[in-house]
Amino acid sequence: MKRPFEEIVAEHGPTVLRVCRAVLARPDADDAWSETFLAALRAYPDLADNANIEAWLVTIAHRKAIDLLRAESRRAAPIAVAETRSAVGGWEPSDGDLWAALGSLPTKQRQAVAYHHVAGLPYAEVAALVGGSTDAARRAAHDGIRALRRRYLNSATVPPQKES
Amino acid sequence: MINFSDPVLAAINTDDAEAMARLHDQLAVAAEVDRLLDVAYRTVDSPLGTLLLAATDQGLVRVAYDREDHDQVLQALCNQISPRILRAPRRLDQVARQFAEYFAGERRDFVLPLDFRLAHGFRRAVLGHLGLINYGHTETYAEVAAATGRARAVRAVGTACATNPLPVVVPCHRVLRSDGKLGGYIGGLEAKAALLSLESGGTIDRNILSR
Repeated sequence: MKRPFEEIVAEHGPTVLRVCRAVLARPDADDAWSETFLAALRAYPDLADNANIEAWLVTIAHRKAIDLLRAESRRAAPIAVAETRSAVGGWEPSDGDLWAALGSLPTKQRQAVAYHHVAGLPYAEVAALVGGSTDAARRAAHDGIRALRRRYLNSATVPPQKES
Repeated sequence: MINFSDPVLAAINTDDAEAMARLHDQLAVAAEVDRLLDVAYRTVDSPLGTLLLAATDQGLVRVAYDREDHDQVLQALCNQISPRILRAPRRLDQVARQFAEYFAGERRDFVLPLDFRLAHGFRRAVLGHLGLINYGHTETYAEVAAATGRARAVRAVGTACATNPLPVVVPCHRVLRSDGKLGGYIGGLEAKAALLSLESGGTIDRNILSR
C-alpha cells in the first residue's frame, strides 16, 4: 500500500538533503533536493509498492546531482575549495571547513561517502550507482572518509598559523 | 551502519530542519505549478477541535474531525484519489478563512468549489439535497428521504449523512430524527449539538468536546 507523498518527504527529505549536500560539497544544495523531490512526486504513483523508497530517492538525487555538477563545471571553475577559515581562532572546525574538505575529494569518493555513510546504502548498491565493482565502491568510501578525517579534523586540532 | 560518533560522519549527517521546512514549502508550490499536486491539505483549529481540510484541483474534497484520525483519512485519500498528497496550505486559504468566519458566527453559507468524487449514487444525491437546507433550519431523515425521491430509504439517508466526506460545509448536522432527537453525527453528537446551537444564534463553548 502506497503512503501519502507528504510522509515520504517527512521521512526521507532530511537524508536526501544531506546526500545532496555531501555529493555537491556545498550547503546550498537546494536545487538538487527540489529537482529530486519534484521528479519523485511525478513518478511516485507508478513506483512499485514494495520498492525501497530511500534507495529510489537516492538514485534520482544521484542523477540530479550529476546534472548540476556538469552544469557547474561547464559554467566556470571547479568547485571552489574555499579558504573560509579565519585568520584568528579556528580551533573548532567550521562548516566551511567541511565543505572545503568534501570539495577536495574526487567526485566518486564524495558519492561513495554520501550513498554509503549518509544514505546507508550497501556497497553493492553504491557500486550500481557510481559504476565499478563493490570493492571499488568500498575503497572509494574508505579513502573518502580517511581524507575527510585528515582535512576536516586537522583543521580542528591544529590552530591556523597566524599571519603577520 | 551510520556511525554518528565519528566526528566527520556526524558533521556530514547534521540535520537542517529550517532548510527542510523551506524546501517542503517550495516543493508544494512547484508541485502546484507543475499540476502534480493531486491532493493538497492543511489543518485548521476550530471550536470543535482540529479539522483536516483537503482539496483536489476541482475543489474541497474532504473535511475530517480529529476523531476520524487524520493519518487514516490521508491514507484513505491516498488510496481513493492519488498518493500525490502534500501539506500545501495555499490551495486551502479561502476554505480556512470561510471556516473561521462560520465558527465566529459571521458566515451562513460556504461559497466554495466542492469535489464530490468521494460520494456516489444515492449518497451523492442525499448530499446534494442537504445543500438546500438553510442555515439555522433542520429536516428529518424521513423528509430528506422523501425529498430525494426514496421515501422509504430513511436508513440509507442516515448512512449518507454518516459518511458525508464534507461535514460542516455540506450540512448533515441539520438532519434530525423524527422524534426530535439528534440521531448520529460523524463529528460526534456534542459537535452536532454545538453546530445547531451556533446556527440558532449561540456560540460554541471551546471545551465542548472535552466534557
